[in-house]
Amino acid sequence: MPAFLDMGHYAPYVWGSYGVVAGLMIIEVILLMMKRKSLVKSISRLARLNSKS
Amino acid sequence: MFTKAFWLQLSSPKTFYPVAGKLIPWFWAITLILTFVGLYYAFVLAPGDYQMGDSYRIMAIHVPAAWMSMWLYIMMCIYAIIGMVWRTRLSDMMAGALAPTGAIFTFLALWTGALWGKPTWGTYWVWDARLTSELILLFLYFGFISLRAAIDDPQRAARASALLACVGVINVPIIYFSVKWWNTLHQPMTVDASGKATLPSEMLIAMLLMTLAFWAYSFAVSFMRVRNEIMEKEKNSAWVGDTLGGKK
Repeated sequence: MPAFLDMGHYAPYVWGSYGVVAGLMIIEVILLMMKRKSLVKSISRLARLNSKS
Repeated sequence: MFTKAFWLQLSSPKTFYPVAGKLIPWFWAITLILTFVGLYYAFVLAPGDYQMGDSYRIMAIHVPAAWMSMWLYIMMCIYAIIGMVWRTRLSDMMAGALAPTGAIFTFLALWTGALWGKPTWGTYWVWDARLTSELILLFLYFGFISLRAAIDDPQRAARASALLACVGVINVPIIYFSVKWWNTLHQPMTVDASGKATLPSEMLIAMLLMTLAFWAYSFAVSFMRVRNEIMEKEKNSAWVGDTLGGKK
């Protein structure tokens, strides 16, 4: 396992590449989910206001 | 089934919203499975390179990211043109939804390339044709995104950004063929148009699996983004409230 993590002394380059790729892709999804959540919240509030008036 | 009426109906945001919602989990499943198998090929099955050692395992994400950066730009341009010619709102929304993902893949291609370049070339960056044209692609994505955001009138924003996308698409073949046209530090094409590959077959399979994984990922996130945009633009129409009431 340590040999695998060491990547033949290329660890910073290999894991630096894979880490940033995984990180950015996950962040993109989280941001989209947060955006959706806030949209759903504001729209359902709007719907409640409309139904009252 | 696939008549003109079918496509016309599907191109309305109201119809597309639930269809995209149903497809998204499938694209996630494909992304996860292909990533898992692809990484197994890249790290376990593929042998180390006799010159580059284990650093060449970066290839399994570097090449797919670079391919997707170009492919998504072409798709974005096609949607933009369809939107400009037929004035379908959904096409413009799809073009807008692809741009941030394309920009991310462009950045990732440059980032992984830099981290691969350091141990193999001795430098993170050189101003050679391949690297420079890929950097220009990143700026084209930024230009498209900011132009779309800067103009208030959605129709004018769609037309102006579509024009920018079409002019910029010239850059894509320049990136692709740059290693043939100019003498670059960047290595020649890994997979030639003739299908001739110059690497172990396990790494080639890893690359292809990761490309398909990134592709499925692009579908999933751009559908998520387009659904958000549809919801935002149509928040005052009755169907959005009804859909959210039913939590679809």
